[in-house]
Amino acid sequence: MERTKNIGLFAIVAGLIVMTGMIQSWNSALLIVNMGLISAIMALGVNLQWGFAGLFNVGVMGFVALGGLATVLVSSDPVGEAWSAGGLGLIAALVLGVLAIIATGFAIKTLPAGRIRFFGATAVLIVGFFIYRAVFDPAVAAIEAINPALQGNIGGLGLPILMAWPIGGVLAAAAAWIIGKTALGLRSDYLAIATLGIAEIVIAIMKNEDWLARGVKNVIGLDRPVAREVDLQQSAEFVDKATQWGFDPVTASSLYVKFSYSLLFTAVLVILLVMAQLSLNSPWGRMMRAIRDNEVAAEAMGKNVTHRHLQIFILGSAICGIAGAMMTTLDGQLTPGTYQPLRYTFLIWVMVIVGGSGNNFGAVLGGFLIWFLWVQVEPLGQWLMNIVTSGMAEDSALRLHLLDSVAHMRLFTMGLILLLVLRFSPRGLIPEK
Amino acid sequence: MSEPFLIGDCMTGGYGNGPDILHGCTIAVDKGEIAVIVGPNGAGKSTAMKAVFGMLNVRDGAVRLDGEDITHLSPQDRVIKGMGFVPQTNNIFASMTVEENLEMGAFIRNDDIRQTMEQIYDLFPILRDKRYQAAGELSGGQRQQVAVGRALMTQPKVLMLDEPTAGVSPIVMDELFDRIIEVARTGIPILMVEQNARQALEIADKGYVLVQGANAHTGSGKDLLADPEVRRSFLGG
Amino acid sequence: MEFLNGFVALSNFVLVPAIAYGSQLALGALGVTLIYGILRFSNFAHGDTMAFGAMVTVLVTWWMQSIGISFGPLPTALLALPFGIAGAVLMVLMTDKLVYKFYREKKSKPVILVIVSMGVMFMMNGIVRVIIGPNEQQFRDGERFLIKAREFKNMTGLDEGLAIKSTQAITVVTAAIAVALLFWFLNKTRTGKSMRAYSDNEDLALLSGISPERVVAVTWIIVAALATIAGVLYGLDKSFKPFTYFQLLLPIFASAIVGGLGSPLGAIAGGFVVAFSEVMITYAWKKVLGYWLPETLEPSGLVQLLSTDYKFAVSFMILIVVLLFRPTGLFKGKAY
Repeated sequence: MERTKNIGLFAIVAGLIVMTGMIQSWNSALLIVNMGLISAIMALGVNLQWGFAGLFNVGVMGFVALGGLATVLVSSDPVGEAWSAGGLGLIAALVLGVLAIIATGFAIKTLPAGRIRFFGATAVLIVGFFIYRAVFDPAVAAIEAINPALQGNIGGLGLPILMAWPIGGVLAAAAAWIIGKTALGLRSDYLAIATLGIAEIVIAIMKNEDWLARGVKNVIGLDRPVAREVDLQQSAEFVDKATQWGFDPVTASSLYVKFSYSLLFTAVLVILLVMAQLSLNSPWGRMMRAIRDNEVAAEAMGKNVTHRHLQIFILGSAICGIAGAMMTTLDGQLTPGTYQPLRYTFLIWVMVIVGGSGNNFGAVLGGFLIWFLWVQVEPLGQWLMNIVTSGMAEDSALRLHLLDSVAHMRLFTMGLILLLVLRFSPRGLIPEK
Repeated sequence: MSEPFLIGDCMTGGYGNGPDILHGCTIAVDKGEIAVIVGPNGAGKSTAMKAVFGMLNVRDGAVRLDGEDITHLSPQDRVIKGMGFVPQTNNIFASMTVEENLEMGAFIRNDDIRQTMEQIYDLFPILRDKRYQAAGELSGGQRQQVAVGRALMTQPKVLMLDEPTAGVSPIVMDELFDRIIEVARTGIPILMVEQNARQALEIADKGYVLVQGANAHTGSGKDLLADPEVRRSFLGG
Repeated sequence: MEFLNGFVALSNFVLVPAIAYGSQLALGALGVTLIYGILRFSNFAHGDTMAFGAMVTVLVTWWMQSIGISFGPLPTALLALPFGIAGAVLMVLMTDKLVYKFYREKKSKPVILVIVSMGVMFMMNGIVRVIIGPNEQQFRDGERFLIKAREFKNMTGLDEGLAIKSTQAITVVTAAIAVALLFWFLNKTRTGKSMRAYSDNEDLALLSGISPERVVAVTWIIVAALATIAGVLYGLDKSFKPFTYFQLLLPIFASAIVGGLGSPLGAIAGGFVVAFSEVMITYAWKKVLGYWLPETLEPSGLVQLLSTDYKFAVSFMILIVVLLFRPTGLFKGKAY
């Protein structure tokens, strides 16, 4: 019975997407599918943290951004001159920076408590900082001076872009480890604020450190794991096939490319979903949920709760990192300016809660459904508002204002959906078993 | 024999929908009396008091104050009717001053409370010295005095104390008992649960020994102290 | 002479802006800390509450300006402020009744309330942007400067000028008045003390006959007032743009946590700690050091610890440091 209901729900979402294809265009439908797949993966990661461990991570976008960063650092070609100009200095500076932090930590541990420790550690930190800057600034300036219009960054490792996906996960996991070590074990509110902060920091760094990934000048023309539309359009074989099917080559190539991505993404989603389901039903998964339901009892039984939470936090964030790498691959470019921390994070939370927190399939369903709504709310809203204002004068200020405001109603609608679900159906569409 | 001023009559019940903890338990106190509830650990002493105060689901039996049936009133309403209750833990506003604690105790009153406050300070002189200090900074025994003083600010008709000497050193315990006797002398009946059975029974007019949620022995404090069975079972002979 | 010049430069670029910004953060943090202490959750919607209250004030200000009401050298917005507060009060009371009350009665976990407040945040954000649009709005009028840089230089004969914008002075004065009123209320009135009691020990407060509904309502009213005042002062000083208020969430929360969540005094102290840190760490000290240090030691670079793009990173770093070493904050707030 429940199986049927769940399959039915997925069928409805699939149906909605098919309708979009027929009414609007297949391109739009595939776009929704691809971003839906990515969102589903992000929802899976967040659901891992929330459903298994009750962790409220508001900094999802930061880990997604790190995944995007990984694509640049892994797949773009290394900028030789930049490395020779400032590469050594850069590495030296980063090493010095890490040493400064270690030294400060050491000072804190060994100095006697009180004033001496406070001032001593601060002094070590400040001196370390200035040394770091003394090496860092000239190195960075040199790097950014190399061909700033097109490059001005260190480039990457020149590896195939598909490798960036797992590496994105690793990068995100590393950041999660740092954040988890500091903020876990405290109140859930603190974790939320701390994760919000890390997301802002990561994105600020990406926007400002041009030597890293060109900052807001963006990195375009990233490597592709699938064929390019241009190449397809020029291949006679492809054009023939397309006309056979009744498509013009341009549309066909576009659809083909998108569909290729869909296959790739679905493969990743399936792998992750299978792993998530297996772990859910494993002894490890049961223990995690036992901890979530009664932390005090679990602690009393000797389970190191904070350690477990850290594991989950890292895993969930790694998944988000992979999704971030995938998203940047799909875009073909890294545009740090488009990462708006709270907005996308919020959207993923709506997905998790509407879909069903604690249930992996629920997270996937939520991912597709909410992404679909997110995209369609605006054209639907426009259409609706046109009807509502059809009675008004053509250029009345109110009409124009209302039509304008539709664009802002997206988040309002999402907020409303979240509140309604939390109030009347808090377990979501596909509840935890 | 006229009915006692406060009586929890043949009470049976438990927390929420849980199993019964009290089985037909009766405790009462009369004007000018000190009544003490003692018994082994887990006997249901605090539970019996909470039942009288309305924090328990009393499924059978009744609670009456000055002849009025209050079995179905909420704890806040019972405070308004004239019950004063001092919980065992978390019984003061630690971040507020002693004087502010007393003011909060009298929250339901609309008249001038200064006279009552002076009476409390007369009863507990140390509080007058520390009236502007944060209650959380006081010692254990002083904090208990603040807690009792807070409850007395409503000029209650009966005062209920849940293990007032818990976690307090013996010297302080003696002083607390002295203060409690002082309070009783002002005419307020006192119902008290106590772990330190011997000292409690020495000052008690009436004693109730509870075992497993039911009355085991009842009598005057002196009688219970002299009773060999009571002494043997848990007064240590 | 050199020392004075340096000090004036310091005041102009660091002290005055930091004091003004600190006052704004303090007011915001006070609201957050009150909700945490009494309603026991972190209200992510606080930034947009500030935006909402400020928005109503802006609209009323425009109306007043259009019919010719003005406040002389002071901004008309100050006259419109009570209306803004009233609007914000209605909004938060309605949100409490429709949204938060349900979870309060169910005694839901605090984290659920935080998630819910996120939903409220986006709804409020949407409403503000629909009503007033997402763009920057100007509503300031009245005298711009209390004292201009040139005037100062003429008066004192120094090389460096000190400019104090009227909005900065108004911010400090208004904030001081608001804080004084708040502390008087919390410490001297019966309702205020009952709120402190409720925050301190909920069960005992209920036992004492303190009405939780009343405490909650008064809390929301005070928070709405504080948020509106903070929002309007920030909008006057910098500019009103709906998006910026959400960005203030991080520094405001950092201030409240640094000071100790639940402690009003802590919120104020935290606000200034964060404000001064942000300004000092992103300021280019070259000018001031140039005046104060002897010729030989003068710095060659800008001596700017972090670029201004990293302003919000500063609050975050302070937050992390506090969470690592002293999670209960400066004034030992709560940490349930």
